[in-house]
Amino acid sequence: MAIDQVYGARKVGRYLLLTFMAFVVIFPIYMMVVGALKPGNKVLVNPLLPTDFTTGTLTEAWRTGHLGRALWNSAYVSVLITLAQVVTSILAAYAFAFLRFPGKTFVFVAFLATLLVPLEATLTVNRRTMQSLSWINSYKALTIPFLATAFGIFMIRQVFLTIPKEMHEAASMDGLGRLGFLWQVAVPLSRPTIGALTLFSFLTSWNQYLWPTLVTTNQKFNTVQTGLKTLKLAAIDKPNLVIAGTVIVALPIFVVLIAFQRQLIRGLTAGAVKG
Amino acid sequence: MKRNRRDSGLAALMLVPSGVILLLFVVYPLIKAVWLGQQRCGVTKCTNNGFDQYLDAFRSNEFQDALIVTAKYALITVPIGLVLGVALAVLADKYMRGVGIFRTIFSSTVATSVAVASVMWFFLLNPNVGVLSEWIGGIAKTPGLLQDPRSALWAVSASSIWANLGFTFIVVTAGLQGVPKDLYESAYVDGAGGFSRFTNVTLPMISPTLLFATVVLTTRAFQSFGEVDLLTEGGPLGKTTTLTYLAYGSGLPTSNDDGLRATVSVLLFAVLLALALVQFRGLEKRVHYGN
Repeated sequence: MAIDQVYGARKVGRYLLLTFMAFVVIFPIYMMVVGALKPGNKVLVNPLLPTDFTTGTLTEAWRTGHLGRALWNSAYVSVLITLAQVVTSILAAYAFAFLRFPGKTFVFVAFLATLLVPLEATLTVNRRTMQSLSWINSYKALTIPFLATAFGIFMIRQVFLTIPKEMHEAASMDGLGRLGFLWQVAVPLSRPTIGALTLFSFLTSWNQYLWPTLVTTNQKFNTVQTGLKTLKLAAIDKPNLVIAGTVIVALPIFVVLIAFQRQLIRGLTAGAVKG
Repeated sequence: MKRNRRDSGLAALMLVPSGVILLLFVVYPLIKAVWLGQQRCGVTKCTNNGFDQYLDAFRSNEFQDALIVTAKYALITVPIGLVLGVALAVLADKYMRGVGIFRTIFSSTVATSVAVASVMWFFLLNPNVGVLSEWIGGIAKTPGLLQDPRSALWAVSASSIWANLGFTFIVVTAGLQGVPKDLYESAYVDGAGGFSRFTNVTLPMISPTLLFATVVLTTRAFQSFGEVDLLTEGGPLGKTTTLTYLAYGSGLPTSNDDGLRATVSVLLFAVLLALALVQFRGLEKRVHYGN
């Protein structure tokens, strides 16, 4: 065989393998979409093929699962947490990167150390705190414990440190002031990292499952994640309804992720790339 | 000097919002949990058993079983997930026409939350309506892969490996893009074949990424709750009761006892710390950080 034929054969092989793996990975999603678009009585007939088409299942799932309400709750809670985390992280990161104050190293290490504590170790006590404040079944319980994150502080401090100190000093002499420097110089220069943190915070809070199950019992406060559980338990004999529910719940995040792929990759790989 | 004092005031103001939240919802509950973990709690009051409660709980069958289940779960999901993620990333790393579509598909599972992925797999594996159970047959039909004690943990693992694949793929792909192309060229000139280039160039160069992915995947395995809650509720026969499910699941001896829940969650914290230490100690030596 000539050399280009060998390469050609390799290339075809690679494409075949890629295509096969793509089918395997996408199969569960495909099955959900096909199932969600079928009427209830046709779900078991030719389950692999989109033989019938209706949006009735989707609308019924929307109503039965109160998914509109759940989507609103999830969006509200996640946006609130994300905004707060970005702001509190920027403020603290500024103090750690640009200001001089006694005990700075100690305070910074103390902040970082909170990253070692898994959520699971604190939830029982946090739930008791919510109970004693009568915050069970409230937006307060879903948001307030998560308004700050050491991960975000660390991430933004790292990028603030790359901004030359002289710029900070020049800015305070120019009368821009230190807050002026923060919002007009440091934040715009760090936009990619802040974007990555925004997306990361949003996804993390959107995907929370355990905490909402602990502090909400009223379905009014269902997020999409706990809403799926409610729907699964309520419609156990109507699989296509639950399937349609998962499609509705998954769709907004697919759209967000396709729109913000670059930020996502930056956020996910923040820990993987050497500093 | 004056400036320094102004700095301190401003710093305090800027640190207070994060500081208060972290103090109230991370530091305080951790300390309180260590104390609460020494109690057994009924509906109204708790009784103190002292530090022995940790030792007793650690030695209990429930905890030991959950620890073994969790370890097995991590030993299934982490290596398989890592190998699949690396394989897909390497396959899609070549500059070829249309490779972007494959990258989007392989990354796509990152968009599914634990709840979405688990409900999907719950139906794929459902013995009555699931397509996968239909194809596999045997115990997948009766009693069902999630219902048979021998296969339940594997079935939960399948769902989790799939759900985490997007993450691993994205992280490894980013790592691969950091490998200098001339390294491959010199290896090629030296006569290294494809497999040899992979083991001698690719793997060492992406080892920091692999360490990161291993640590994240292991931590996720040890913290798994949603998939267990939605797929099996810890059953059958406790075969999928992981440590986190033991602490927070329903229908367990811990369920109505905040004291015991705290005991288990503090022990889980200790296990995770030990694990992180071992991983960094053991793997760091093999990781290549040079330029």
